[in-house]
Amino acid sequence: MINKHLKLNSDIFSPEVNQIPIRQGFGEGLVEAGKENSQVVALVADLTESAKVDAFKKEFPERFYEIGIGEQNMASVAAGMAHMGKIPFIASYAMFSPGRNWEQIRTTICYNDVPVKIAGSHAGVSVGPDGGTHQAIEDIAITRVIPNMEVISPCDAIQARKATLAASRTKTPTYIRLAREKTPLITTDDTPFEIGKAYTYWVAKDDKPKVGIIATGALVHKALCAAQTLEEEGIAVEVLNVVTIKPLDTEAVVTLAQKTGKIVTLEEHQIAGGLGSVVCEVLSEQHPTQVMRLGVHDKFGQSGTPAELIEYYGMGEKDVVAAVKKLL
Amino acid sequence: MITDEEVNVLAKKANDIRQSIIRMLVEAKSGHTAGPLGMADIFAAFYFHILKHDPKRPDWNERDLVVLSNGHICPVLYASMAHAGYFPLDTLMTLRKFGSILQGHPHREFLPALETSSGPLGSGLSQAVGMTLALRADKQDDRFVYCFLGDGELNEGQNWEAMMLAGKEQLGNLIAVVDRNHIQIDGFTEDVMPLESLYEKWASFNWKVFEINGHNFEEIISIVEEAKAIRSQPIVILSYNTPGKGVKEFENKPYWHGNPPNKEQGEAALKELQSRI
Repeated sequence: MINKHLKLNSDIFSPEVNQIPIRQGFGEGLVEAGKENSQVVALVADLTESAKVDAFKKEFPERFYEIGIGEQNMASVAAGMAHMGKIPFIASYAMFSPGRNWEQIRTTICYNDVPVKIAGSHAGVSVGPDGGTHQAIEDIAITRVIPNMEVISPCDAIQARKATLAASRTKTPTYIRLAREKTPLITTDDTPFEIGKAYTYWVAKDDKPKVGIIATGALVHKALCAAQTLEEEGIAVEVLNVVTIKPLDTEAVVTLAQKTGKIVTLEEHQIAGGLGSVVCEVLSEQHPTQVMRLGVHDKFGQSGTPAELIEYYGMGEKDVVAAVKKLL
Repeated sequence: MITDEEVNVLAKKANDIRQSIIRMLVEAKSGHTAGPLGMADIFAAFYFHILKHDPKRPDWNERDLVVLSNGHICPVLYASMAHAGYFPLDTLMTLRKFGSILQGHPHREFLPALETSSGPLGSGLSQAVGMTLALRADKQDDRFVYCFLGDGELNEGQNWEAMMLAGKEQLGNLIAVVDRNHIQIDGFTEDVMPLESLYEKWASFNWKVFEINGHNFEEIISIVEEAKAIRSQPIVILSYNTPGKGVKEFENKPYWHGNPPNKEQGEAALKELQSRI
């Protein structure tokens, strides 16, 4: 059942559940951050509306910078501004930032350890019709390996708003992973959020889960739907939302593994290098546990509707249900 | 303008810097020789005449900012900083050694007096543009940002992105200095990847372009003074330099771009430099 302590959305499973793009939450959080701190500036590479920086541009035109289609330049310009005391948010599609500009992020942002915030929208295969070139499914892997970098992957628009504001208050380089598509609201304004904390959104009735499901991003909703289906079939699971990939809430992951002995991970990302890898790395050292990773298996994306693609790559509700049953 | 006496002082400083570069490289047994020697006059002019800075207060909030984009010529930066008093001269002998503040390519975490870390080519100008935009936002346009670039480095596309942005933003307090020494690792620049006409390329990106002989102090200083008065567009100074300048054996040879002198070559170089004082 849904964890009642976290004040989650009561309509999560309703067909009429409110759906908002996760990137929209970033746009709102950016305006809030701008109001709170006059040092917050925003840079875009010709994707102002798409990357949801339009509201910030309207509110703070003097703190908005149009860099043109040059993500490498954008990353390093932001690094220079951050060195002078600014808190720059650079926003684009995840495929181009942190994709195209990875080395600039590593050297000019992370090696210098300056507080540039990288908002990567359109992550995952759910970008849909645009096809594989635009579907960033390697972004968690390439950001989390860089020292000094924090990596946040919100599950809905409300969490993205909170993550954006929270990131504006830290002195570290941060990657915020965002998705394009409308995504069901899972959390509410009152749901707790802190960088570095993972949250248990679904608990087993008797607190004796047989399998732990660890999910991140928009697919947390699929994990919760699967948990409900499994509960109806009498299979108790627990669902952990790893919002912050780095620094990982190691304790939450290990505790869940100790409780269940079996873990399924779910992410809209390559199974290599993403959440699944993160979980395996920690558990293999601290509590060796059987882990089944759901995500993209060493393939590129392609055109299609988000639903078609989630099904094709095996990241949907029924895939989670099947994985849990296989582990039982 | 600059007096003859001041020119002599700068020439002496440049010679000291060159000798330090040779000693550092011989001790480190790796590193770049030609670029640092070729830029020694420029760096002497900046650190001992042009820059508004205070070596005892590297974080002084009125200082000019120096971005070294081609980080591999850092021996000239480190030697200039040491001679200016940022850290003891002895420290120069730790170049490239474990635990040294003088990393093989500049790292600000080890040497906080740096404005930025550098090494991977092509990203310094973007950072300098970012710093200049931040100064403008904070109404500190009276501070100058100086970005030193290599010429081979201009092969990197990111420079041209940064040039477009600086031109668009008309950043009048941004001054780039290109070390036009015509060599890079694989050979002469015009053979590896032709750059000419650099003058026309920069000008077409809406930069004001100056050309100087980078070994003539009167020219360096008078052009920088002239450049600082132009506030409507960014400035680039194409500094025609002799790579390896000061040591005949090292001059104009691509080999010395990325190789250090051995002990004997170093001693001969020092002797030659000392004879020039």
